[in-house]
Amino acid sequence: MTVRIQEEDFDLSTEIAALRKGDAQVGAVVSFLGTVRDMNEGCQVKGMTLEHYPQMTEKSLENIATQAKARWDIRQALIIHRVGPLLPEDQIVLVAVTSSHRGEAFAACEFIMDYLKTAAPFWKKEETPGGGRWVDARVTDDVAMARWVGNKPKS
Amino acid sequence: MNLQLRFFASLREALACSEEDIDIPSQIKTISHLRSFLRERGGQWAQVLAEGKPIRCALNHEMVPEDTALQEGAEIAFFPPVTGG
Repeated sequence: MTVRIQEEDFDLSTEIAALRKGDAQVGAVVSFLGTVRDMNEGCQVKGMTLEHYPQMTEKSLENIATQAKARWDIRQALIIHRVGPLLPEDQIVLVAVTSSHRGEAFAACEFIMDYLKTAAPFWKKEETPGGGRWVDARVTDDVAMARWVGNKPKS
Repeated sequence: MNLQLRFFASLREALACSEEDIDIPSQIKTISHLRSFLRERGGQWAQVLAEGKPIRCALNHEMVPEDTALQEGAEIAFFPPVTGG
């Protein structure tokens, strides 16, 4: 399980190659890449700044990855989240999971993203033509997370 | 009891405070009590921490419910619902 918080960009191919290198038990790799949109709630977004809570961020992401590993038979999980100033089309977050079969990797990757969206201490502040504005949390994120609580979804 | 307070994102900006070392009276036992205690400062504190405002809290870097008991020397953070990813 690897967790990285960084200002720098990352390369998807390089990260996935490193994640599965030397593990011939891997038969499936699922990745999710989150990127910056130039519109949000009908408003143009010129850029954004991602704030986080150092120490808690790493702890919460490691906890998320550990939970995924406990729930599904996966080989490796990688979470990279960028912080600081970002522009439209920039990459924000990468979650990649390796497993022997695709079902586990798909489920674990989605679980990690849903959990990250509601539990990892990151906050987006968008720059719009009307000035800076903090992004409001979405109810749909809580709904997505709630699916995983209590019962283990089929994988 | 001595605590280290942290505020993030919109709360940090509205309160013009990112962190604070604070000594609180012994009757303040939970994070919820602490939130009320800070509201009594009035002004922005009363508004930003008002009851019903969706605020999350963490004790020593772990998100916890507001009825969680405080601990001597703990780091308590208040912040809005998270919006990463």
